[in-house]
Amino acid sequence: MSSKPIATSRSATGVPTGRLAVWWVLASEVVIFGGLLASYVIHRMGHPEWHAAAAVTNTWIGAFNTFVLLSSSFTAVLAHQAAEHGDGKGAARYLMFTILGALIFVCVKAFEWTTEISHGYTITSNGFWQFYYTAAGLHALHVIAGAIIMGFVARDAAKGRELHRVELIGIYWHFVDVVWIFLFPLLYIAK
Amino acid sequence: MDFTLPQASSYAGSIDGLILLITVLAGAWLLLAEGFFFWLIWRFRARDGVRTQYLDGTEPHIKKWISRPHTLILILDVVVIVAAIRVWVNVKQTLPVADATIRVIGQQWGWVFQQPGADRQLDTADDIYTTDDLYVENQKTYHFQLQSRDVLHSFSVPVFRIKQDVVPGRTITGWFTPIAAGTYDIQCVEICGIGHGVMGGRIHVQDANEHAAWIAGNTPTVTQ
Amino acid sequence: MATTTVDAHAHDSHAHEGPKGILGYFWSTDHKVIAQLYLWTGMFMALIGGLMAYVFRMQLAFPGKPVPGFGVVSPVEYNALVTNHGTIMIFWVAMPVLIAAFGNFLIPLMIGADDMVFPRINRLSYQVFLLSAIVILASLVVEGGGFGGAWTAYPPLSANPAYNLTPLGATLWVVAVALEFVAFLLGGINFIVTLMNARAPGMKAYDIPMVCWMIVIASILFMLSVGPLIAGAVMLLFDQTLGTGFFNPAVGGDPILWQHLFWFFGHPEVYVVLLPAIGVTVDIVATFSRRKLFGYRLLLYTAVGIGVLSFFVWAHHQFIAGIDPRMANIFTVTTLLISIPVIEMFFVVFATMYGGSIRLTVPMLWALSFLAEFMIGGMTGIYLGSSGSDIYLHDTYFVLAHFHYTFFPIAIIGGFAAFTYWFPKMYGKMLDERLGKIHFWGTIISFNFIFIPLFILGGLGQHRRIYNFQNFPELAPYQPLRVVATTALVVMLLFQLVFFWNLIKSFRRGVPAPKNPWESNTLEWTADSPPPHGNWPPDQMPVVYRGPYEYGHPGRESDFWPQNVPPAREA
Ligand code: HEA
Ligand code: HEA
Ligand code: CUA
Ligand SMILES: [Cu+2]
Repeated sequence: MSSKPIATSRSATGVPTGRLAVWWVLASEVVIFGGLLASYVIHRMGHPEWHAAAAVTNTWIGAFNTFVLLSSSFTAVLAHQAAEHGDGKGAARYLMFTILGALIFVCVKAFEWTTEISHGYTITSNGFWQFYYTAAGLHALHVIAGAIIMGFVARDAAKGRELHRVELIGIYWHFVDVVWIFLFPLLYIAK
Repeated sequence: MDFTLPQASSYAGSIDGLILLITVLAGAWLLLAEGFFFWLIWRFRARDGVRTQYLDGTEPHIKKWISRPHTLILILDVVVIVAAIRVWVNVKQTLPVADATIRVIGQQWGWVFQQPGADRQLDTADDIYTTDDLYVENQKTYHFQLQSRDVLHSFSVPVFRIKQDVVPGRTITGWFTPIAAGTYDIQCVEICGIGHGVMGGRIHVQDANEHAAWIAGNTPTVTQ
Repeated sequence: MATTTVDAHAHDSHAHEGPKGILGYFWSTDHKVIAQLYLWTGMFMALIGGLMAYVFRMQLAFPGKPVPGFGVVSPVEYNALVTNHGTIMIFWVAMPVLIAAFGNFLIPLMIGADDMVFPRINRLSYQVFLLSAIVILASLVVEGGGFGGAWTAYPPLSANPAYNLTPLGATLWVVAVALEFVAFLLGGINFIVTLMNARAPGMKAYDIPMVCWMIVIASILFMLSVGPLIAGAVMLLFDQTLGTGFFNPAVGGDPILWQHLFWFFGHPEVYVVLLPAIGVTVDIVATFSRRKLFGYRLLLYTAVGIGVLSFFVWAHHQFIAGIDPRMANIFTVTTLLISIPVIEMFFVVFATMYGGSIRLTVPMLWALSFLAEFMIGGMTGIYLGSSGSDIYLHDTYFVLAHFHYTFFPIAIIGGFAAFTYWFPKMYGKMLDERLGKIHFWGTIISFNFIFIPLFILGGLGQHRRIYNFQNFPELAPYQPLRVVATTALVVMLLFQLVFFWNLIKSFRRGVPAPKNPWESNTLEWTADSPPPHGNWPPDQMPVVYRGPYEYGHPGRESDFWPQNVPPAREA
């Protein structure tokens, strides 16, 4: 540890550096999704005819995925708790459950998209579908990236190293979850 | 070289007036600020044995030199805002009754003008179509409807001081009243591809008889 | 996120000497090395951007004639040159030099830290940036030519290859800009967190040197405004490559949406570059006036005020773009109001000079000329912010001259100010004052001779992005003014040779720089010149006892009082 820069070990604000950084990352993500969703909402209001396209989406699949993500967030909380108690193995185990959730989410998404595309609803079909694929796609990328990073965190945690990262990845995961909580009603429920 | 541009529309004078107002008000401030600045550099140049004053930003006798100009500039802003909005509302937010309506269609890289023929109605069979040359009558109020066939363009007649972007998928309406006969530039002022640099046109402001003759001579004969 | 936090492995090298070899240089995590990489890349891009200006200005002055060193300029090439000149100057010159280079160099040194808190993210940031620079340069030479739809890239022109005729150039342009954004997000998070957490013991919020504050406020501003445009860039990329129609009215898209996304970022962006330049100026002016900064907090609050207000002015670029005309009135009000905090900053600097003892060194000359020239640029913004006159002035050379009178002072003058001021610290050598002054006067005088003619031309209705004004009968006669501007540009470029000569001279046989050549108070001047890896010996990290601007304190013999000198040593 002594070879780390002194800067890293300082904490003038009292908040750990890693947590501060994650919050700033999320701030920048919020405006990216915010810009995309605001564009979508404005268009949606201007195009009542998109309702027909929106009616095609499968609310049940969307709801199932919402459930999966929420559960995976829950295991992320459990992982954090385990890490707090210094239980790296436990934290890693819970993180694996979260990764599993991410995998299920992505597989369901893949199935859903294949069905839709095979029915002819592609990204160029109309205004609704282009937002649908772009927003959900950007979100899915975040899920995948999060799962990969979580794999590394879990590997370290199992060896009892860098336990504070369990919390950081958890914060990120909750964010990914919250984005979906916005996407789900906007893309699936609003018909 | 002539450094004046004719004022050839009813509102050109008011836009120039606004520009003049800003030049006088903000220009005075600019001169004052630059003058004060250079005076500071000269007055407080480094001299041997002269120590600097130690002030930290709470001293009222210096602070007032910040807060007073600050208030004055707020007043300047308000004056400019009021003047600007008055001009804006007149040019862009009101539509005086039209003597004629014309349609201006932008495309890569030229202008198509559609105007009523002898029947004075737009979108009838005897409409006159011209490209790059627009013929209008002096002292008459025109509405123009802007449309684009491809990308953004912008319809600008500098001597009229009018400018409006042309957006595909929309029809944007504006107006002008020419007040000086002559032939002037029309420019496309929104980049629209490789031909943007040649997308000009000419507007011919004609006297009543001249224009009537032009209309008569160019109205297509319609067989029904 | 988490994997990118530092791990012990990367820092084994921390104890060793500086970078080894050219590759080691590119692989270094030392903030000072990364700063220099950003600086030299930015300067190189400045040269490219300047040479592009040379080519298209020659074409404007002597239309159709072959440009020495380039050849005849076709309309396609003209548009590509203008577009990429603008893009490069803003995203690959102003931002890397002012924010990334000096942010990286100064923040750790000025707050008494040995490095950034995330050195590896820092390195990644530069690598992404370098990649983006390569992509934008490559986009110029691909088949079809570089993108020519202006740096604002308004669709449908930018979105549809059938309209812009540069399918690959346009796509690479978007990719490059998006990558650049990513690089600056990574860098920005680092700056913000470093400033928040890694300050030396004793350094309170109001003890932070202004330039650090300004760079960090600018990073926050950038981060909060760029998001929607990143989303927009993705949409634009899909429109170009997948055939979606986000901005295509024929399928229910809206071209104006892009303009909102672009300017919602684009306007805050101009303050993103302005604030660091102000920070640099303030620090230099305080040092060479030997005065305590007048109104430290006031300056900080105005910076925050500008940041907040800047989110509510974007549509002043779109007054006549086809938005609801009633919206223009709101944006006229907000735009004119934002001049007040900006002007307030100038008054703070003036008050700082008042009662001082002004030394006209080369960095001070640059800093002062920044103030003098920017005032002209800012004042002409009033004409544009007032909606009524913008009807006429929009997209004329008046706008162009307005923003060159803001951007040039910020990016080039501010860049030179910072460069000449901190060069002794960065390289341990002094620059030649006499050559510096020749370069300064040559650059400043020719700058005004370039852009004053362009103000006049703009007032006469000359509009932008036209490769040959002979096509417009009303504009053709003013050719002499264009020749003056172009000549002045050539003169300015020649004067840059003096600068490079000065550099070479000082690298080869410059006077070694003392630790604190300008007798300044801030912490970077307590490290060696150049500072070693780690900046200070680990057991001698500085401790801060006072604010950064204690010049001319009445109770002291010496007229400056470094931040790290303990009060006890005073007697
Ligand atoms: C860093 C660059 C920068 C900065 C700081 C500014 C600052 C300002 N800009 Fe500028 N602007 C640009 C870069 C910048 N701009 C660019 C690049 C474009 C064109 C983009 C494109 O289309 O390609 C543009 C275009 C632009 C437009 C759109 C024009 C058009 O396209 O039609 C407008 C309109 O409101 C505007 C206004 C302003 C205002 C009010 C300020 C204010 O912040 C200025 C406030 C500062 C001062 C006022 C100076 C202080 C002066 C004194 C102390 C003297 C006293 C003065 C008075 C009393 C007024 N700018
Ligand atoms: C930071 C921004 C910046 C800077 C510095 C400049 C610098 C210059 N610009 Fe540029 N310009 C833009 C931003 C900038 N420009 C933008 C955004 C556009 C709009 C593009 C569009 O319409 O899409 C534009 C467009 C533009 C046009 C309009 C073309 C048209 O519409 O048809 C013209 C025309 O004359 C022009 C000229 C110049 C000239 C002569 C310079 C000269 O000042 C250049 C001189 C260059 C140098 C002197 C560089 C040399 C310096 C070094 C090598 C050292 C650097 C070191 C440090 C910084 C420490 N510019
Ligand atoms: Cu049409 Cu420019
Ligand atoms: Cu702006």
